[in-house]
Amino acid sequence: MTSVRSPGQVALALAIALFLGVFLIVPVATVVYVAFTEKGGGGLTLVNFLDFGRTELFVRSFWNSVYVSAMTVVWASVLALPLAYLTTRFEFRGAMLVQTLGFLPLIMPPFVGAVAMQLLFGRNGSVNLLLDEWFDFKIGFMEGLNGVIFLQAIHYFPFILVNLSAALRNIDRSMEEAAQNLGSHGLRLFRRIALPLALPGYVAGASLVFVKVFDDVATPLLLNVKEMLAPQAYLRITSIGIDDPMGYVISVVLILVAVATMWATALVMKGKDYATTQRGGGGLARRQLRPREQALAYGVVILILALVLAPHVGLVLLSFATVWSYSPLPDGYTLAHYTRVLGDSSVYIKNTLLYSGLAATIDVAIGGAIAYLVLRTRLPGRQWLDWAASTALAVPGVVLGIGYLRAFYGVSLPDGTPLATLWIVIVLAIAIRRLPYALRAAYAALQQISVSLEEAAENLGATKARTVRRVVIPLMTGGLLAGFVTSFATAAVELSAVLILVQSNSDAPLAYGLYVLMQTPAGRGAGAALGVIAVLIVAICMGLSQLAVDRSQRARGLDI
Amino acid sequence: MTEMTLSKPARAVGIEITGVNLSYGATHVLKDVALSIRPGEFFAFLGPSGCGKTTLLRLIAGFAQAQTGKVLLDGQDVAPLPPWKRDVGMVFQSYALWPHMTVAKNVAFGLEERRLPRAEIDRRVSQALELVGLSAYAERRPAQLSGGQQQRVAVARTIAIEPKVLLLDEPLSNLDAKMRVSVRRELRSLQQRLGLTTIFVTHDQEEANTICDRIAVMDAGRVQQVGTPMELYENPANLFVANFLGSANILDERAGVPIPAGKRLVFRPQHAALTSPEGAALRGPVTHREFLGATVRYAVHIGDSEVLIETPFQSGGELRAVGDTVGVDLPPRRMLFLPA
Repeated sequence: MTSVRSPGQVALALAIALFLGVFLIVPVATVVYVAFTEKGGGGLTLVNFLDFGRTELFVRSFWNSVYVSAMTVVWASVLALPLAYLTTRFEFRGAMLVQTLGFLPLIMPPFVGAVAMQLLFGRNGSVNLLLDEWFDFKIGFMEGLNGVIFLQAIHYFPFILVNLSAALRNIDRSMEEAAQNLGSHGLRLFRRIALPLALPGYVAGASLVFVKVFDDVATPLLLNVKEMLAPQAYLRITSIGIDDPMGYVISVVLILVAVATMWATALVMKGKDYATTQRGGGGLARRQLRPREQALAYGVVILILALVLAPHVGLVLLSFATVWSYSPLPDGYTLAHYTRVLGDSSVYIKNTLLYSGLAATIDVAIGGAIAYLVLRTRLPGRQWLDWAASTALAVPGVVLGIGYLRAFYGVSLPDGTPLATLWIVIVLAIAIRRLPYALRAAYAALQQISVSLEEAAENLGATKARTVRRVVIPLMTGGLLAGFVTSFATAAVELSAVLILVQSNSDAPLAYGLYVLMQTPAGRGAGAALGVIAVLIVAICMGLSQLAVDRSQRARGLDI
Repeated sequence: MTEMTLSKPARAVGIEITGVNLSYGATHVLKDVALSIRPGEFFAFLGPSGCGKTTLLRLIAGFAQAQTGKVLLDGQDVAPLPPWKRDVGMVFQSYALWPHMTVAKNVAFGLEERRLPRAEIDRRVSQALELVGLSAYAERRPAQLSGGQQQRVAVARTIAIEPKVLLLDEPLSNLDAKMRVSVRRELRSLQQRLGLTTIFVTHDQEEANTICDRIAVMDAGRVQQVGTPMELYENPANLFVANFLGSANILDERAGVPIPAGKRLVFRPQHAALTSPEGAALRGPVTHREFLGATVRYAVHIGDSEVLIETPFQSGGELRAVGDTVGVDLPPRRMLFLPA
């Protein structure tokens, strides 16, 4: 492409840089700065971190978080490994079923089903009541930290499953055939050849799960587990106030853990990018399962599927239940919860649609613009925009929320209300959180468009701006639409940043309403009804997104 | 453990293939394949891509299942044996070296799977690496080696287990032209030293001709002919073999010479000479002339076909021009009549 630096491009880049600076860099920098300054605005100090290390509650919370995240990775791996092996190496009819599991965590974040899972698996939940009645014992699935691990593992194992399956599929079949030829087979072959070669994919999935669990605020709180780090940050700020430095110190620790995890991942992956699909490749010839193996395989898949669906089933039951406690199933069923949430609580739904729609629009606009600047222009520093936008991945939602509160509380609007209390701030926080997703979608869309299509337009007399409008944007529509819908759907269930920023119920989105309602037994039914509505919104969006991608690919197929 | 060395196999093993038919769904990949490979022989499966040669090799290794027929290794039917119990060493086209292991670990793999004592494994690994001249590279990773070195590691890894037979799947296809010549000589001398029955799959007739004792020419899932390279060249059984091994001129009855019904006249370009058109049975205009160095190649239009004639180039000798009408002199003993 030409290296002409048009004023329009420069202005666009500066505007994006300003946006990212004000709404991402400044809040995070504020959090870090406060963590290192003395309370009440003194000089730089490490005293806050010493306090953190001396407070037994925080140290215990830190190790609890590490333990829960690590154990979640372990259990998620236990669920994901057999499924990945089964679907990539055997002729197995249930493979499609297993693949669809991959979408479930996107449809429903763990906090939504937390209370429902308590009712199904808790000390006096359905499963334990039945176990007690039939076999006279109970299993502490949901006791203390176990509950968090149990819930998170069920929700996040598909991240490992998807990454690991892709890695296993990408191994050239001659790699395993050579091992068979030299006398290896079965589990030994899997352990010595397939697993080491798929390790990068596994590590990528596992580190993602670790960070997500470490940063989660709402799931532990809904299970009444307070002694974990992310919940402590939230509790500290909401109960003691935004002047207390400990919330900021915890935030810095959260960021450090996220960054350290990503760094360690990069270290493990270094030099291990075994792209082995190569000449004469093709997937491994899949083995037929013997009847007994087949029965066992179906047993495993059905058990895991039952676990994965449990939160969804529990949520639906709870949303229709009159009273549900100390019994395997609800006592009776009613539509009252739905009439309630569609009536006086409908403001939550309206807010969610508005916030998510705005946030996704911002994401697609900025993501598309950054992708264009990086891939199609030679502006100096354009790569920095990409890096800056992507750092949002390492910033936990609760940290971003705290940062917004602190950075924008002092900024007053003309009528005297602080900027931080305005609902638009919630939208901006959600937008920043989801920007990396939209950015990747925009990259993918733009990379598929040949530069020569734009050069042809310029050759025929179109200016840069008109080329973008008449050629680039129409061709990117499918990809951008998919990015919009993904951002929208995940924004609809974003909670950790929102939890800190919501100032009044009338400004709260659905996820917040659900969180508040779930706190009391009387509100649970309505909370569950909101959860079902959220799941429906997200599921419909995911379907639409798939449709958009399919359509644009078909249209592209006709063009070429 | 008896004292075994890599250079002296206990006994070379023969392979018998009878009545093999193999289909993938509706595609019939191997049709009535029957072959007999002698102990210690360097044997080639030669044919164009898609002829079934690699499938036949994979059948022997246990990576494909035939619907009918048998593969006998040393007189024993191998059908019930899974790949890991067959003791046939295969060198893959892509080499399939495991990137997460060092060269030495790659070579040791098969020996470890056989649960040999550590000392024996170490001894055989260093012996195998020595045999292919890579002792100094034992601790490297495959990615740090050149293509030719990787190929030698793949060979060392396979012969370390002292297989009954050695299978080579297009082992030279990922090397550049210069390397191919030297590597194929190495392979030949290694095979001679080990006395190992070896099957070499290739689509390149020159590779097969230069290093193999005998060749099975394959096309469309069938074995077209089996023989030594010279037999195949001198006496091709059909038009496909004639064409695939070197270039061949093929004429039908329109050429103006008597040809038996249902047959074609086949001859090699260097077996004919150009003469004056008067009295010649085969005659026509020169349509192209190419100077190839040692020879000059003429294309002559005869009947409805174009015939290639190669004549030795002599400096100062007279050349024919494009458009000249020429006669083609073909000695009767050089004429082959093959079924159409």
